[in-house]
Amino acid sequence: MLKVSKPGFYASVQDLGRPGYRHFGVPLSGAADRLAARRVNALLENDPGDAVLEMAMQGPELVFDSPTYIALSGAGMDVRLNGQELHPDQVYPVPAGSVLECGRITKGFRAYLGIRGGLRIPKILGSRSMFYPVTEGRQIRAGQELPYEPCAGFEAKILKLSPMDLYLEEALVASPGPEFELLEPAARERLFGDSFTLAKEYDRMACQLQETLPAHTLQMITSATLPGTVQLTPAGRLIILMPDGQTTGGYPRVLQLDNRSVSVLSQKKFSDRVRFVENPS
Amino acid sequence: MNEISFRIKPFGTRAVLLEWPAEVRTDILEDIVGFVEFLQAGPMPVSQWEFVPVYHSLTLISRSADLDYPTLKEELEQAYSEYPGPIAREQHHWELPVCYDAAFGPDLDTAAAALGMSPEALIEAHTAQPYPVYGIGFLPGFLYLGGIPQAIQVPRREAPRLKVPKGAVGLASRQTGIYPQESPGGWNLIGNCPIPLFDPKREPPCFVSLGDTVRFRSVSRAEYDLHKIEGEVGVYDFKRKYGNAKG
Repeated sequence: MLKVSKPGFYASVQDLGRPGYRHFGVPLSGAADRLAARRVNALLENDPGDAVLEMAMQGPELVFDSPTYIALSGAGMDVRLNGQELHPDQVYPVPAGSVLECGRITKGFRAYLGIRGGLRIPKILGSRSMFYPVTEGRQIRAGQELPYEPCAGFEAKILKLSPMDLYLEEALVASPGPEFELLEPAARERLFGDSFTLAKEYDRMACQLQETLPAHTLQMITSATLPGTVQLTPAGRLIILMPDGQTTGGYPRVLQLDNRSVSVLSQKKFSDRVRFVENPS
Repeated sequence: MNEISFRIKPFGTRAVLLEWPAEVRTDILEDIVGFVEFLQAGPMPVSQWEFVPVYHSLTLISRSADLDYPTLKEELEQAYSEYPGPIAREQHHWELPVCYDAAFGPDLDTAAAALGMSPEALIEAHTAQPYPVYGIGFLPGFLYLGGIPQAIQVPRREAPRLKVPKGAVGLASRQTGIYPQESPGGWNLIGNCPIPLFDPKREPPCFVSLGDTVRFRSVSRAEYDLHKIEGEVGVYDFKRKYGNAKG
């Protein structure tokens, strides 16, 4: 068991999500930075869909009751294992009784902790990703015990990966969304020309941007939305849906990010800059 | 050949959007329901594709690879030319109990007054017809219902509530529906339905499907309390009827 002694700001168990239930209104969910989740699983020679711990802003304090191996990736974070500093993108052995102190994020926004064999909380609707009300909790809580299979004698083929540093990127690769053509030419130019700033409202459901486009009166009938869909509210506010975002919506879908760019955006925080770059394909 | 048709649009690198004429119509709904079944039984199995139909559109999402849009567009046009159109199918008509007591419907009196009718007349009009299910989305188990009579179309509240309780039945312009979980909301609250619409422990987690109909039945507080227990343990009798639907 992995015991949560301090839950941190917002840490949740995530895998690659819960596909197949969107037509019941269940969002895809899963790791916001899927590239980072895949990296820790690759280092630990897990399945790509094994569950990892996603940690935002300020990490938790965890105790391992049996031996295993771990790896960290995604955002930079001050992490100590039994008082020893750990580095991202490397495999570390963890003896039984170890204490992992995950501190503040130093760069980016979400760090990932992978564990050999993955976290084995029960699957609900085919996934271990925490999302209320599909799962009982949205995030881990103090005293919670997260199961994993003990592991000793693992010899990692790759001991270390070079850092990816997604948080340094500002460009979000986007295709015109289904309602893009309804925009005035000036608004279309601004979407692909301007630089935008993350607003205070950003979480696993959606990220809002501070700069607005002109208010509009475009009407549409509710239709599907995806992670990475950029919606334009009547007041001109841009909202980018994230993996826990709603499955349908009534605001014009002006852009659609590619999957990699959702990972880039997931490493942004308040006042970080982004710009949209048109997908060449 | 079908009389109605759709336009195909790319939707990012992993999805494609099919749009029928921008109207809320049961013949379009039936065409979409039938075409989804046709695709799933043939060229686009659910193991590889996710289907999100709602109102006049159908979004197809690839579960794995990026799409080759021009090829996919051609395949969909080909499939639609071979699609015989909606055929008679099993359709569920769900009857859901709603308690319209003041404790559950804080906006019932003001909504009725705005419509120039008594609260009793509003309840009667709200329960008078079945509503087709045009999609499920926004929240897990939230049903998009259509066919709301003009006489009970009332504007949404000016100030949304931060907390609308689970099961609340709302009414706003051309929409009525049940909040499947506690959430913020701006609709006029006129009652509460004790039957849970979403249960992640069941497969499928929502018993209602696209193209079914839902009809509300006014119940007393005592019946509500009984149905709530029945709903929680899963023994509520829906008195559902089966029918045949055809566009």
